[in-house]
This record gives sequence, C-alpha cells and structure tokens, in this order.
Amino acid sequence: MTEFLQQLVNGVTLGLGYALIALGYTMVYGILRLINFAHGDVYMLGAFFGFYAARLTGAAVEPNPLKAAGILLISMVGCGLVGFLIERFAYKPVRKSSRLAALITAIGVSLLLENGGLLLFGADPKFFPQIVRATNIPLGMGVTISNQQIIILVVSVALMLALRFIVLNTRAGKAMRAVSYSHTAAALMGISVDRIITFTFVLGSMLAAAAGVLVALQNPKIEPYMGIMPGLKAFVAAVLGGIGNIPGAVLGGLVMGIAEVMVVGYLSPTWRDAIAFVLLILILLVRPSGLLGQPPAEKV
Amino acid sequence: MRSGNGVRLALAAAFTVTLGIAGCGGNSPEELVVGEYGSLTGGDADFGLSTKRGVELAMDDLTARSQGKIGGLPVRIVAEDDQGKPEEAATVVQKLVNQDRVLAVIGEVASSRSIAGGPICQAAGVPMISPSSTNPKVTLIGDYIFRMCFIDPFQGTVMAKFAAQNLKLKQVAILKDVKNEYSIGLTEFFTKAFTGLGGTIVGEQAYSSGDQDFRAQLTAIKAKHPEAIYLPGYYTEAGLIARQARELGIKVPILGGDGWESDQLIGIGGDALEGCYYSNHFAVDNPDPRLQGFLKKHRAKYDNQDPNAIVGLAYDAANVLFGAMETLSKQDPEAFKGLSSSKAGSEARKAATKKIRDLIAATKDYAGVTGVITLDENRNATKPAMVLEIKGGKKVYNTTINP
Repeated sequence: MTEFLQQLVNGVTLGLGYALIALGYTMVYGILRLINFAHGDVYMLGAFFGFYAARLTGAAVEPNPLKAAGILLISMVGCGLVGFLIERFAYKPVRKSSRLAALITAIGVSLLLENGGLLLFGADPKFFPQIVRATNIPLGMGVTISNQQIIILVVSVALMLALRFIVLNTRAGKAMRAVSYSHTAAALMGISVDRIITFTFVLGSMLAAAAGVLVALQNPKIEPYMGIMPGLKAFVAAVLGGIGNIPGAVLGGLVMGIAEVMVVGYLSPTWRDAIAFVLLILILLVRPSGLLGQPPAEKV
Repeated sequence: MRSGNGVRLALAAAFTVTLGIAGCGGNSPEELVVGEYGSLTGGDADFGLSTKRGVELAMDDLTARSQGKIGGLPVRIVAEDDQGKPEEAATVVQKLVNQDRVLAVIGEVASSRSIAGGPICQAAGVPMISPSSTNPKVTLIGDYIFRMCFIDPFQGTVMAKFAAQNLKLKQVAILKDVKNEYSIGLTEFFTKAFTGLGGTIVGEQAYSSGDQDFRAQLTAIKAKHPEAIYLPGYYTEAGLIARQARELGIKVPILGGDGWESDQLIGIGGDALEGCYYSNHFAVDNPDPRLQGFLKKHRAKYDNQDPNAIVGLAYDAANVLFGAMETLSKQDPEAFKGLSSSKAGSEARKAATKKIRDLIAATKDYAGVTGVITLDENRNATKPAMVLEIKGGKKVYNTTINP
C-alpha cells in the first residue's frame, strides 16, 4: 500500500509537468485547429532559459525563494517572446494556406528549435542547478514527498487556476473562446483575431516554460532534444483529455503521468514510452473525442 | 516543379559526395595514421573527451621523445566523434579504416560501441585497442581486438566481494540499464558472485539510458528494504538516481562500477553520493611513482585537474600501441614501411598490421599508469581493481581487490 501511494505521488508530479505542456497544445488547437509540434521544444527552451537565468542570478550557489521565483518568471517571459516570434514569423504567413502546410511548418519550427538549441547550447547535457534545495517531507505510512514536488504541485495548480480565470473571467478570455467557435463571427463582432491568436501562443508558451523549469528542478538533466518525448506525451495527454478542452488537458496529463509511473513500477521500464501510445490508441478507439471532449455536432 | 526539385536535390547530393571523396583521397603522404573514436558529444561525452586527453598526453610524450616520429615517419592521430551512439560508432570506424586509412584504432569506452566498431576493424585487419570497455564480448570479436582494462566478470565479482566481505551486507537490490551491455553483464556477474557468497538479491529493477525519472523503480526497491543498491550504470544516471533515491528517503549506500568514473559524477549527484562506493581502474591518491608522474603531466596540461581512470587507460593504450610500432621499426624496418598511409590497402600493409597485432598480443608486465598490464590469451588485461569511496565530495581510495 505504501509503495502504491508513493507511486501515486510520483505519478501526479510527473503528470503535472505533462499537463502544463498539454495546456499549450490544447489552447492552440482550440483556436487554430493546429497541432503546434514545436511546443515540446518551447518547453526545452524554458528549461534552458531557467538554467542561464539561474547562473546569472547566482541562484545555483546560494538559492533563495525570491531568486527561484525570478528564474521562473524570466523563463516564462523569454518563452512568451519566443512563442510570439514563432506565431508571427512561422504560422501567420501560412494561416490562409491548407492545414497540412501549417502542420509541416510546425514540424519545421520544431527542427529549427532543436538544432538551433544544439548549436547554441551544445550537445552535451547540462545540469539544472538546485535553485531550491531538496528536503523530504514524510506524509505518514512511509510515503514521502520532496519540497520540490510540493513546489511543482503548488505552482502548477496556481498557473492552471490563473489560466482558468483568464479564459473565463477576462475580456481577452471571452474573445479567445469566441475565436475558437468561429474566426469570422468573432471578427464581425469586432474582435481582433490576429491579436487573440498571438495572445494564445504567448500564454501557451509561458506555461510550457513553467513546465520546463519545474520539471528541470526535479530531473536536472537538460539537453536540446529533451522536449521531443515530453512534447509527444503531452500531445497524447491533450488528445486523451479531449483536444481543445482545457480541464481535459490537465486530466489527460495526470492520467498519463500516473499510468507511466505505474507501468514502470509494476511492469517494465521499457514500456515507459509505449504506454503513452497505447493510451492514445485506446482512447481513439473507444472515445475519439477524448475523456472530456464534446463529440463534434453534425452541421446540416 | 516537383521533378525540378528532385533534380536539384540529386545534384546537391552528388556534389556533396564528390566533395567528400576529393577531400579525403588524393595522394597519401608518408605518415603513420592512428584512429581514435569516442563520444566527444552526447550523454556520456566525458568518456570520449577523457580518452582523447589520454591519447594526446601519450602523443606529447612521443613528441618529447622523438619529435612525434616513429621509424622516421610522423605519427598523426585522427579522432572521430560517435555521439555516444553504437550505430554512429560503426559509421566513424568505417570512415577511419576506409578513408583515413589508419593502421590501428583506439576506442571505445562503452562496450556497446566497441562491439559496434570492433567487427569492422577485425574484418579489415586493423588492430583495435579499447582502453576501457569491460564487457567480455568485446575482445571475443576476434584476434585483432584488445583491451587495457579488466573485464566485467572480474569487476562484478570485486563489488560482490566488497559488499559481502568488507561491508558485510546480506541483502542487495539491483538497478540496471537494460539498454547497455555493460550494465547487463555486470548485473549478471555481481548476482552470481554475491549469491555465491551467501547474499540475496532482494529486487531487480531496470531503466533505459537517457531516462530522467527513476522514482517508480526506486519506490519499488525501497519497498524491499535492501541494505545497499548495486547500480552498474554510467555516471549521468548514477548521479540522478542517487539524488532521487535520497529524496525518496532511501539512505543505504549505492554501489557502482567503473561507469561511474567521471569528473562530472559528483557535480551531478552532489551530497546524495556520500558514502557510496564504486570499483575502478585506479585511484589518484595511489602513491605509485609512474601514476604520480602522469598526474603531474595531466595537471600541467589541463589547468590543474586530476585525470580520471579513463584518461589513464587511454594513455596506456596509446603507449602500448606506440611501443609496438617502435619495436617493429627496430626489429623489422622493411615490414615497418608497410604501416605508412601510402601503403594502405596493399599486401605490405596487411603484413605490417599483422606484426603489430602480434606485438600487442605479446604485451607482458607492461608498467602502465593504471597498473602492471599483461594481456591474457583472450587479449584482456589482468590487473587488480580498486574500490573508491565518495567522501566529502571526493573520490577516496578504499581498498584493492586482486584477481
């Protein structure tokens, strides 16, 4: 029982990372019907921005909570900017073209970021500094949680609540929802569709950056290709929850994280990556619209 | 439009190939080319970079001794990067043998990569000396493949003996890398020796190199309450695993093999590695004068850093090879000429590399910096192993275990 509960704690922390990345996928899909394959690489950039920010602020040597928060913020702003540039220079020019063109552009941007990262950061892995020193907190029954895991939990939930607030309670959020229904109708109502799309990209990229820093805090090895697998898994998580559905992305991420940890703990570690795609196939067979997704209404 | 693009692509490809051939062919000058391959980039880049340092230091000695020449011909080292991937290792060894026309190859550290590159050297009749691949399969490839280190059956036994006799442990769990021949081999030999000494393996978990998160496996291990964890992997994962183990409240020592040998190990694992042990080829605090002389050279060249065992093994490997070449130039100057790169592909070259092979195979009581090396009939070095303990952020010599 202890073992199971501990695995559950491990799975939830892993899953929150996927959930944060999945949110970016799902938001962009909701608005543009585009799978932004470069999103996993924005997550990688987030980890690297955090790494260099930690060096710059000296947080690696003498960590304190203020510096850690600063690092998270710098990384989020940096990736927000990257998200803006990607949207402006890669996706906007092909927005009127076919969806296939946009998809291939996304793959191109992904390759650009990976290999650009290779050029800029070098191929050898870097190790993210301990910007928050790890300590154990016993939860009773032999289950422990580290303070870093608690930070992941608190920050992710706070960011998700903030996102929920933006989407449901602000003018920009209302506009986002309107654009996701129909670009034309939203434009007729005086919404600047371009600006809302940019806003969505920036928001999604910031969440990916947060995921990058939070995950690197726990799993400190970072390298330019680190975004590929988590990116794919987060994409599966978004589909699992129902792509385009924000609570669905969070649920999908958690399911993925827990499933992965349980498979590794009780079956075989070589199944670690396979389970993601097994889940994807299952959900596509049983409930193609995802756990929380609405089946598309037939238009007559 | 489409066919136009296709033509353009084909043209570009053809152009690249032409350039490649033009760049590497031409008339070969009279020189002795020695190849080296290793992971200069990638997840375990420290292995390849360390090997390169060792070979460079041996080359410096040769320059000081005889202006970098053997038998009147200049020696040139060609180092290739295999990015830490076995498939890439095969490609770069092909390049070394076919394009650079090397007379011998030094490499690799990782057994899986030596196993990928070895057959190419064997087929071409080019001697290959692996400085530090410990999996038995490496030299079983053929009679042109050698190594300068002990092999895993011995290394696994060393750690099992150390755990059972020095640490007096009865219950050990194992966490192995299923993608790594080295790790699988060590697990097997450790298990055999440890159970033979009356111990029990209470749990065996696995991971794949490159994984980041090991909490699931460690949680499963923790539930079995072992007295130690044997972790025969490489330094990156060892450091990460140690940290995650401590986070989960696992306080028992972690034991490893020479895959832990890297200057980055403690940088990655930090305090989590305190009180852990691993078997290795040498210890820098060993007072042996040859070793100390080597340390001095290394510190002078690489801003005061201490070398790791891999540098030492590569240094020994290069010196054994240079020694064989020097001996041949004196014993049989006529045959020696066959080693020149201008003779590549000829019968004279084949005969010369065969003679080099025989000279390397005859290595006996060679006093290297990693101990006295004698090659056995399977072309493996027999020599003692050291156990190091990590104490106060440093690797400290603990004990020597003899074959």
